[in-house]
Amino acid sequence: MEEVKLHGAWPSPFSYRIIWALQLKGIPYEYVEEDLSNKSSLLLQYNPVHRKIPVFLHGGKPVCESMVILEYIEEVWPNNPLLPNDPNERAVARFWAKFADDKGLSMWKMFRTEGNEQEKARTECQEMLRQLEEHWPAGKKFFGGGSIGMVDIALGGVAHWLPVIEEIVGVNILDPLAFPKLLKWIYNFKEEPIIKQNLPDQNEMFLFLKKQREILFLSP
Amino acid sequence: MAKTDVKVLGAWPSPFVMRPRIALNLKSVEYEFLEETFGSKSPLLLQSNPVYKKIPVLIHQDKPICESLIIVQYVDEVWASGPSLLPSDPYDQALARFWAAYIDDKWFPSVRGIALPQGEEGKAELMVQVFEGLALLEDAFDKCSQGKAFFGGDKIGYVDIALGSFLGWLKATEKMNNVKLLDETKNPNLVGWAERFCSHDAVREVMPETDKLVEFAKMLRARFKAPAS
Repeated sequence: MEEVKLHGAWPSPFSYRIIWALQLKGIPYEYVEEDLSNKSSLLLQYNPVHRKIPVFLHGGKPVCESMVILEYIEEVWPNNPLLPNDPNERAVARFWAKFADDKGLSMWKMFRTEGNEQEKARTECQEMLRQLEEHWPAGKKFFGGGSIGMVDIALGGVAHWLPVIEEIVGVNILDPLAFPKLLKWIYNFKEEPIIKQNLPDQNEMFLFLKKQREILFLSP
Repeated sequence: MAKTDVKVLGAWPSPFVMRPRIALNLKSVEYEFLEETFGSKSPLLLQSNPVYKKIPVLIHQDKPICESLIIVQYVDEVWASGPSLLPSDPYDQALARFWAAYIDDKWFPSVRGIALPQGEEGKAELMVQVFEGLALLEDAFDKCSQGKAFFGGDKIGYVDIALGSFLGWLKATEKMNNVKLLDETKNPNLVGWAERFCSHDAVREVMPETDKLVEFAKMLRARFKAPAS
């Protein structure tokens, strides 16, 4: 099998999307940790357009953008599928994966801002959760059904990173009374062995992100 | 398949609505086009796309599919006997998805931003972004087309549909701002491609005329400037 490599960064949920997919499919890979304050020349060579992680390499050829990488992995290694077979169900899964990817950015906006801008981001984040709760597929453990799928992976940021951001920023959005289905999913998702074994330490993340936010608001 | 089995909810000025229509045309699938009235959203739209309440929506056998590029992928998968829209090679497929995402997330927002009310400096900055994007896409065309007519090779494919659907608004923006964005000297590949794309059978009937788009944009601007009654 051709060489598989992942350039990622430990605090990044986008990096973890790829780790989860590779682990769920049992694909051996080499992990390269990138220091985002000092990006390697290799990274800039592999991703000249966005200069971001994750970058996935298969046989030396780079694939960029986490959702694009997930689709690529699904295409090349169809075992333990992340998407349903039926075209209509696939389209629904892709819809929600895109929703999670697009709207999930609001939690990072909340992290990076303050005042009115932050309030706006908080409202967006809450609205995202509301939509998810409202349209959650009935009686399914994961969005993918009995096993984790692409939507669950895309939502990983909500499960593990949003609680940390909430603490740093001083908000409480993940209310179990308002979002019972979502919170149940978060518990199931994080208890799933492969996910549980592949999550960054929340305390370390809290310290790291807290420092990042301080740096953000220190700069003139 | 009965014509009414496939419906597209949309509106003529929307570049996103063009995408499923081009895809269905390429696959020779007959469909019913249900035009939304500007300024209001039909009950069918609200019911079919409760999350975003936006067009386009494809309704196939009474089941709605939303988000233009997701619809294009769905059309490609369901009508698999027709010409493929996504490349068969997984790596080429990933490149196609990458460029389509770039076009939607980075490039077109810069184009659209030019139309928004702002100072000359803001506009100039956006134009630089648009030109930089076009340079990247010029290069991407070289790599994806491999010397052939379209990003998809001999036939129109996913990236062609993603980028081509914005050509109407690109030309309208050029006209309204008296500037050339797609330039033969800077982007010879793309200029040639744009002509081929716009004159293609599957595209011609759904590509709005530039003048009509300019009129529509003026109407929009006037509407949003008008004081609330």
